[in-house]
Amino acid sequence: MDALGWVAVASVLGAGICMGIGAIGPAIGEGRALAQALSSIAQQPDETSTITRTLFVGMAMVESTAIYCFVVTMILIFANPYWNYFLSQAGG
Amino acid sequence: MHLTPDDQIWWEYGLLKINTTMVFTWAVMALLTAGAWMVTRRLRSGVPNSRIQHVLEVVVGGIDKQLSEISPRRPRGLLAFVGTLFLFIAVCNTLAVIPGFDPPTGSLSTTAGLALCVFTAVPAYGIGAIGLKRYVRNYLYPTPFMLPFNILGEFSRTLALSVRLFGNVMSSSMIGAILLIIAPLIVPLLMQLLGLLTGLVQAYIFAVLAAVYISAGMDVTTAA
Repeated sequence: MDALGWVAVASVLGAGICMGIGAIGPAIGEGRALAQALSSIAQQPDETSTITRTLFVGMAMVESTAIYCFVVTMILIFANPYWNYFLSQAGG
Repeated sequence: MHLTPDDQIWWEYGLLKINTTMVFTWAVMALLTAGAWMVTRRLRSGVPNSRIQHVLEVVVGGIDKQLSEISPRRPRGLLAFVGTLFLFIAVCNTLAVIPGFDPPTGSLSTTAGLALCVFTAVPAYGIGAIGLKRYVRNYLYPTPFMLPFNILGEFSRTLALSVRLFGNVMSSSMIGAILLIIAPLIVPLLMQLLGLLTGLVQAYIFAVLAAVYISAGMDVTTAA
């Protein structure tokens, strides 16, 4: 297989692995945070607004790692710099 | 399929390029300014308010209440700064349901600009509130060895702020585009609904994080 084919294989495989593994951690973390927040709300319903706000902000922080993985995946698939480089090599 | 609305050029003259992001950013700015001007032109404090004035009062009052819960001793102008960030991002993300409208927040340049605003606002408010000396000393807390990590944290959270908003908005439009190919009948509509929710939550999170960073920069953490 030529270099272009290897780049394509590595990009698609890397994108899949990146998104697959990158979704596990934030999913576990967000699930734990949500469960904890729900039990806190059940214990102290008066503090619901504070807990919810902190939960939203914390979840956004946790989720950002998943978003990084997603952005990297999108770059690998749709805007891969190596792909363009080898494409220009093959064309010229 | 395009990753960012920066690629579509509307008008070009030499080095000057007007792309979709700029066009829609100015459209949203014009919409917000015109709306606020129309309402505040005839402000009345009595009971018979206009309906749209009620809406604006609810929005501004809600942001004000949230802000005073986050930072109890907040400086003047924080409401204007954080509220503007929230309104701009919320309007951008909400208008994404209009066909043909590419939300400017789906471009990394817009979100990086917004994050840079927060990046400069943190020391500006911090130094204004507690003075330059005590603000700089916050970087040496808890020990001077933490100085590089504190500075690194300052940059990494700005990066996180911009990439988080960009990734969320871009992903919802990208999912819509992909679903249009796979199941074009009803499924994209549901994802658009989800995208509306995510967009508003992201606007809220951006504003809250900006307020949290600014109020953390105004705290005196060192014991002195």
